[in-house]
Formats: sequence, C-alpha cells, structure tokens
Amino acid sequence: MAQTRLTLVGVNHKTTPLSIREQLAVTKGYEDALAALSILPQCLEYYLISTCNRVELVCAGDEEMPTDQELMALLFGEVGDPEQWSQYCYAYHDSEAVRHFFQVAASLDSLVVGEAQILGQIKEAYRHAAQANATGPLLNKLLHKSFSTAKRVRSETGIGASAVSISSAAVELAKKIFGSLDDKQVLLIGAGEMAELAAQHLLGQGVAGVMVANRTFDRAVALAARFKGGACLLSEIDTYLETADIVISSTGSTELIIQHGQVKPLMRARRNRSLFFIDIAVPRDLDPALNEIDNVYLYDIDDLGQVVTQNRAGREQEAVKAHRIVDEETVKFSQWLEHLQVTPTIAALKSKTDAICAQELAKTLAKVELSKEQRQHVEKMMAAVTAKFLHSPLIYLKKESCRPGDKAKVDLINSIFALDEDELRRN
Amino acid sequence: MMNFDSCCLALLIATLSVTAVSTVLYWIFFARGEEKSRVWARRLLFLSWVLQSSYIVLRMVQVGNTPVTTYHEAVFFFGWAITTAYFSFRLRYQVKNFGTFVSPLICLLLFAAAFISRQVIPLDPKLQSIWLPVHASLSLLAYGFLGLGFCGGIMYLLQERELKSRKVGYFFSRLPSLEALDQLITHCVTIGFTILTLGMVTGVLWSRQVYGIFFRWQPKEIFSLLIWLAYLFQIHQRYSAGYRGRRTAALAVAGFSLLLFTLWPVIT
Repeated sequence: MAQTRLTLVGVNHKTTPLSIREQLAVTKGYEDALAALSILPQCLEYYLISTCNRVELVCAGDEEMPTDQELMALLFGEVGDPEQWSQYCYAYHDSEAVRHFFQVAASLDSLVVGEAQILGQIKEAYRHAAQANATGPLLNKLLHKSFSTAKRVRSETGIGASAVSISSAAVELAKKIFGSLDDKQVLLIGAGEMAELAAQHLLGQGVAGVMVANRTFDRAVALAARFKGGACLLSEIDTYLETADIVISSTGSTELIIQHGQVKPLMRARRNRSLFFIDIAVPRDLDPALNEIDNVYLYDIDDLGQVVTQNRAGREQEAVKAHRIVDEETVKFSQWLEHLQVTPTIAALKSKTDAICAQELAKTLAKVELSKEQRQHVEKMMAAVTAKFLHSPLIYLKKESCRPGDKAKVDLINSIFALDEDELRRN
Repeated sequence: MMNFDSCCLALLIATLSVTAVSTVLYWIFFARGEEKSRVWARRLLFLSWVLQSSYIVLRMVQVGNTPVTTYHEAVFFFGWAITTAYFSFRLRYQVKNFGTFVSPLICLLLFAAAFISRQVIPLDPKLQSIWLPVHASLSLLAYGFLGLGFCGGIMYLLQERELKSRKVGYFFSRLPSLEALDQLITHCVTIGFTILTLGMVTGVLWSRQVYGIFFRWQPKEIFSLLIWLAYLFQIHQRYSAGYRGRRTAALAVAGFSLLLFTLWPVIT
C-alpha cells in the first residue's frame, strides 16, 4: 500500500554558517531548483523555501521516497563534501516535519523570534511552487495549515507584540526618544536592504517623510520614488542633517560617512532637537563618538541586536504558549495525514466490490430475462449486500485511522481483499 | 481646644496612611504593571488630596490665618501644593508612571511635616499683612509645580541614561518617551516660574509693607532670587538658544534641589 510520507530537509541560521548557506544551489532562484526536483519521480509533491536565514525542502511521496541523502544532494549541489552535509543539514519526517514547518511559519525558528517576514516569504515560495505545479493536496493542506497556525500564534500569544526584529527595535527606540513619530523626518543614507526595511517600518508608523542619499543618484531617485520622498547626493547630507530626526545609514563604504565634528555644530542650528542615528552598515558608517553629543543617540547593528535579545528574554513565557499551539496543530495535521493513508484503501475497496458486482450482474443478466423493474430490484439488492458487507471493514479502517501509526492494519485490509498497488494508486 | 487638636491629629494620621498606601500601590504598579494597582493608587492619592485640603482648612480655623507660617504648616502646604499641581496636570496630560515618582515626594513632605512640631505659634502682629498669606501660598504652589518638574527631570535623566548606554533595561519600557518628559518639564517649569514670579512680587510688597524696604539682603531672599534667576535662565535659554533635553532636565532637578534649602529658613 502506498503510504504517504513527508520529508523535510534543510539548513538554517542555527546549523549552517552563512558562507555555506549563500553557496547553496537553491539560493539562486526557485524556478531552476523546482525544475530539478521535478526530475525525481518518487517525489509526488515538493516545496522549497529559501530565505537569507534558511533553505528548506519539503517532499511528499510514497514509500519509495528519495532518501535524505538524495534530497541533501539536491540542496547542496556541488557545495562541500557529502560526508559533511549531515553536519549542517537536518532532516525531519512526517509529524516531526510538520511540527518543524509550523514552527518556521510561526516564526519560532527565526533568528529574531516572532518577526513577521517569514510568513510572507513562505507564501511567496508557495506561489512559485504552485506555478510549477509542484504542490498537491497534501502540501496545499500543509501550507494552509501553517498559515493558520502562524496566525493563531500571532493572535493568541504576545510573541509578535514587542520589538521583534531589528527594524521594529529601531522603531521602538525612536518612539522612546520622540514619542510620536508623526512629524519626524527620516534620512536614509545608502540603499541596503535592512535600511530599506527599517525605513519602511518607520513609514508604517507615520513619519512625515523620507530623504534618500546615495553615492549614485539614480539609485537614490529610484528608492525615493518608492518611499514618496526626496533624493540627494551623499555630499549633500550636511544640509539634510539639520532637518532630519532619524538617520539610517547602510552604505558599503569602508570609511566613516558622518563624523563627530560634523554633527556637533549642527545641534545649535537644530535647536538641540534629538537626533537618532541608526548604523546598520558593517563596517560602520557613523562615528561612534556621535553618541557623546547631548541629545544624540547612536545605535549600531549590534546594539539593536541587544535590544532585540533583551526583548526576547521577556517573551519566554509566550514562546511556551506558542509551542503549545504548534504542537496542537501538528497533532491535528498528523491525524489528517493518517486518515489520508486510509482513504485510498477505502476507495479501492469500494471500487473493487462495485466492479465485482457489475461483472456478476452482467453474467447473470446474460442468462435470464428480467423486466426493467425486476432488474432494478436485483441491482438494489446487490448494492445493499455489498454495503452491509463492507460496513465492518470500513468502520474498522476509519476507527484505526484516528490513531497514528497503524499502517499494519491498513495493510491487513489490503491483503485480505487483495487490493494491489495499482488499484490503490488508481484511487 | 484639646478635642479640636486631637481631631486635627487624627486627620493628619489618616492623610499620611492614605498617602503611604497610595505610594506603595504606585510602586507595585511600576514593578509589576498591574493596571488595578494604578487605578487604586490614583483614587487613594485623590482621597489624600481631599484629606490634605481638609487638614489645611481645619488648621486655618485653628490658627486663625492661612496656615503657611510655621515649618509644619509650610511643609504640609508644600506637599498639598505638589498634589494639587499633579492633579491639575493630570487633567490635561497623561504621563506614564509619573505618579510613581511624584507620590514618594508628596509622602516625604507630608511625613516630614508630621515630624515637625505642630505647635501653634501666634504670628507676630508686626508681620501680619494680606501679602503674607498670598506670598507664601503662591510661592509654595510654585514649588509644587517645580517639584513636578523635578520628578520629570529625574525620569528624563533615568530614561536618557538607558538610551545613551544602549542597554535597554529596567526603566526603558516603564518610563515615557524623552519627548513627552521634555514637554512635561517645560510645562511644569513654565507654570511654576510664572507663579513663582507672582510670589516674588508679593513677597517684595510684603517686605516693603512690614520692613519698609523691598529687599533686605537676607540669605533667604538672596537664595530665592538666585533660584528665580536660575529658572529665568532656563526658560530664556529654552526659547532663545533651544535648550532642550538633558540640560533642561538637569536644570529642573538642580533648581528644585536648591529650592528645598530655602524651605528651611522659611520664616525669618
């Protein structure tokens, strides 16, 4: 009998250094990677998620599923020594895979626990998988359940409530400095992804405007258009430092962009209004001495990380609650999965008896002459006999289906009724 | 008069107990964030204000003039002024955990008043004038607002220190934003300073009436003038040079600390 199996293999920020993660074959885009997976015939359904913190592959198939090693080979491609793979890579099966996937979706496995981006990334990856016809009834259900689990975790626990990611930590700090962000101006220096995200977060909180400064003006204009703000050159920032309240810097420059001596005289012109510098660049863009100026606050990426960690410590209680929700949903899904195993057997059983009835009826009708009415009576009788006959085995199957891991009993029914692979697969 | 006096004492003890319980509740709210304790703390502090007011009225009946002329009366009136200023402020603004910082100050002043001799000292008829109670109550009310500025200043400095050190700790989530505290300080200092100025003017008039001269170069007078000048400087700097943030907060704290000294020789 074909037992549905789920396998999840992957690497994440906990197990694998960034230098390995960024080389993985599948990080180059979904299309090629999904196409490579479709070559494996045993993989009936598959799904791939790739973010900067993780690459994971979920496969559903029958007993002849590709081995974990084969899947890892797909994941790693040419990277590294196959013997080292298992050191980076984790593999989960069936309900463990479900649990892990739900944890990822609920952002319990994220670098910054509780951040909301991961759900968007999972949905995006799902869109690609669906376009490639990679997902089927099982993975569709798994994904939809993961969305609802994530939603439950978000609404029933406080895990996403306080500063949960670097950029929301920045927002929280800005609020502690400025109170309301309504009339505040943001100056974005450089166009890094993190800085963009932080600016977007601040816009979401209602800041008045964003000014984008970049070495290349075209890029600044393009980014400014997205934020409906202005653009300027890196050499002009002194003018804008006078009016800005929040400065986010993330250039690739190896030298300091803003020096202590540059800002100090500006404070008088600013009438000492607070100035919040966020330095997301590595190496740093902003002079660490800026923090010594009165009413100037400077946070670099590590400081923000610390704020996040401190917030995280207080959320352990919430995390316990969140894991309980994930466990609940995992149990529900696993039960459904077990039930799914039984479904082909039930269908095969029904179609087999139907086929026998039809065959025998045809034989009998060839020998005796019956009126239309009589014929209907006989057909009805045969249907009743088979229904009554099948009643017990069906009840038996359905009852067992509630308990996971009863594959043996399904197999028993399969062999008693001689249901072969072909019949089961047809159904 | 024995009966009347024990009545006053009972009222004083009731006021102290209610204020102390309110302060403890404010602290519990600060530490644990239970909304219920905050609500009760505020109710009790309001009850304390009612009791304080009654005590002042009772004392007024007892001594026959505005009760601001002995140490006991002045310090008690000071506590009442801060409570009054706090509730008048709260009508317009809501500042997170402000009560936690103001209530201990009120508590401290009321307890200090209780430990100072409550003996009624008849006022020297020479000093009697309409300007004396006006001057004293205006000055003390000004102190009340400046006291709120002091609490705001302390809160600001605590919050600022955490933000500067880049280690988000105990106070970060419990204290309001720097901007809100800066506004609070400015608001309280501006009102306090305005009333203080009126207090100074009436004080000068009183001095003229009683001693025949406007300014006698007494240490207390010099000190008061210095404090007035310090606050004048702060307000001037705010509007001309844009003094803000840490410096404003530090000045509000320093100004009030200086001011507490003048309370000692309150009647000389």
